[in-house]
Amino acid sequence: MEEKDLEKELPSLQYSLLVKKIRDKFGESIRETKVFRGEITHVVGKDALIDICRFLKDEADLQFAFLSDVLGVDCRESISCFEVVYHLYSIPHKFRIRLKVRVKENESVPSVTSMWRSADFAERETFDMFGIVFEGHPNLKRIYMPLEWEGYPLRKDYPLVGYKDEYNPFGVEKKL
Amino acid sequence: MGITEGNVLFTTVDNIVSWGRRSALWPMTFGLACCAIEMIAAGCSRYDTDRFGIIFRPSPRQSDVMIIAGTMTKKMAPAIKRLYAQMPEPKWVIAMGGCASAGGPFNTYSVVQGADLVVPVDVYIPGCPPRPEALMYGFLQLQEKIRREMPSVFAKIKA
Amino acid sequence: MDNNGNQEITTKEVTLNMGPQHPSTHGVMHLVLHMQGEKIIRVVPDIGFLHRGMEKIAENLLYPQFVPYTDRLDYLSSMTNNLSYVMAVEKLLGIDIPERGKYVRVIVSELSRISSHLLAVGAWGLDLGAVTLVLYAFREREMIMDLFEMLCGARLTYNYMRIGGVRGDLPPNFKEKCKDFIDIFPKRVDEYEQLLTGNRIWLQRNKNVGVISADDAINLGLTGPSLRGSGVTWDIRKDTPYLVYDRFDFKVPTGENGDCFDRYMCRVEEMRQAARIVAQALEQIPDGPVNADLPEFVPPSRKDITTNMEALIHHFKLISDGFKPPKGEVYSSIEAPKGELGFYIVSDGSERPFRVKIRAPSFVNLQSVDPMARGAYFADVVAVISSLDPVFGEVDK
Repeated sequence: MEEKDLEKELPSLQYSLLVKKIRDKFGESIRETKVFRGEITHVVGKDALIDICRFLKDEADLQFAFLSDVLGVDCRESISCFEVVYHLYSIPHKFRIRLKVRVKENESVPSVTSMWRSADFAERETFDMFGIVFEGHPNLKRIYMPLEWEGYPLRKDYPLVGYKDEYNPFGVEKKL
Repeated sequence: MGITEGNVLFTTVDNIVSWGRRSALWPMTFGLACCAIEMIAAGCSRYDTDRFGIIFRPSPRQSDVMIIAGTMTKKMAPAIKRLYAQMPEPKWVIAMGGCASAGGPFNTYSVVQGADLVVPVDVYIPGCPPRPEALMYGFLQLQEKIRREMPSVFAKIKA
Repeated sequence: MDNNGNQEITTKEVTLNMGPQHPSTHGVMHLVLHMQGEKIIRVVPDIGFLHRGMEKIAENLLYPQFVPYTDRLDYLSSMTNNLSYVMAVEKLLGIDIPERGKYVRVIVSELSRISSHLLAVGAWGLDLGAVTLVLYAFREREMIMDLFEMLCGARLTYNYMRIGGVRGDLPPNFKEKCKDFIDIFPKRVDEYEQLLTGNRIWLQRNKNVGVISADDAINLGLTGPSLRGSGVTWDIRKDTPYLVYDRFDFKVPTGENGDCFDRYMCRVEEMRQAARIVAQALEQIPDGPVNADLPEFVPPSRKDITTNMEALIHHFKLISDGFKPPKGEVYSSIEAPKGELGFYIVSDGSERPFRVKIRAPSFVNLQSVDPMARGAYFADVVAVISSLDPVFGEVDK
């Protein structure tokens, strides 16, 4: 979105702190900024993710000490990559912000568990469902599915009913 | 005490054994999902299944009935198989709710499409979740089934 | 052996499996406990025994069709799950609902909070040996169930909220019955407190057990009563009020030490506050429609369908084709009984969501079992799990 559109869409405090300040500080690393229904989304470069997160967490007038969620989105059909989305909340200032990282298949994302321990389960879930690897995660293994499970269920090419086996006679026949 | 006092009653061994079995059905405290809450409700103050001799036991080794109360997933199935094996004979299984009966609304990659693919089921209770009354009706049906069982004939066939 | 011939007594680390079938794991959780004697060294939660693929289902359904599935997430308070989802869709569509609808939503979600906390406290008592409490708690829970049954005919899975409103207006007599319940409920809470709060066994098993500091709690992503037990005053109803929560007078109870007992006190006090909110909402509730007048999103009433041709067409269109929201993404969260329950919806402009992510409070809260139980004794693990009140429909999705 254009700079002046962003300014129009948001209250001035949020614009100056959550958009302008971050864009001034990180420049090119912020690839894109969108506002939809008053929610701010920054698409950030993978290499700058840790720096941006640390900045958001430690800066006194931001204080995003609460990581609400980490999740993946399979956008391989439209932009041929996965999106990893981070939802942050600042308890003292009542701000919400969303960060997005785009990764190609077989690429890894730096883990944010060193900053927020709450990312532990969420990153494992994203790995389990999409096969996105988080570099530096202390215990990256499947969380929902059995350890010997094949495939990543939430990818768009995985069938909803799964593959046929002894427990699901209605599943899709597996192609060899 | 009426007729029982100082009298001799004639019955078959089958009858007396199945009477004993059906009058004290002890289910295992084992909830999987939403139906478990209705199962607890059935055991609590308003519905009170204790009056039928249905007393929940925390261990499979002490129980006669396994109520599969909720969605059974592929990850859970081996555990349920083992729990069923740990229960002493004779044992019965109640599939409570749509998920346990046939997968319910969850026809997905991780859900077992019916508990009967894993363990033999005696009574199916429909509903999502079934009301406690429905669970109690299921128990009464199971009692009816046990009443008609012929333990001596079974023993002979097995031998 | 030392020089005097005394043998040093050592214990070796033992790994103990708790669950998936264990009466006090609140469902199907498997905990791997690494212990030195009775002391806990490390707890590794193993979940996923109830993973039903909710998010995948959502991608394959129309927007309104997913509402019944949200019932089965946190099945102890289905109303709040409905609410969170329909609010996210409403935010995506950019629509608003009438005043009366908002009040109805507040009333049912606060009743839902009470029933959820009742079961949480009841099951907690059951796990720690105070078996009587669960019977008392269910007595009141059944009263709430009766109210909900009047409302929508179901006891557990209500499917009451709709995109753009609720299924139907409050039935006649509901207000009076609800008032009766709200009048007696605070006295009943006093009864529970008489049973537990001063009880020596209860205090010994909960005080200074599972202590977590405020900073750690935030870092671990704890929300809801579990976070407020550590002294953080964050309640979404107060901080970023949704519906009409800014019009009610209620307190957000917080603890000081962040132990199990504080979390228990928070839940008990929250029940009282929820009852207060319901009482105020019943007084303030205005007349008028409960559903937004938007035929393209909200199904017409049953009466209209049978008498009005146009309504019938709208209904048919909506049920078979759904609607197409604008392209975009929204995150909307509410204060559910367990904490922050959020739905993140990505729309690609079609009638089915491209991605739905459920931010389930129990799932995130469960990470704290390990830091809370470390160094405690085996029996304390049970108290810690109960104090977090996980529901496995929500943890595993």
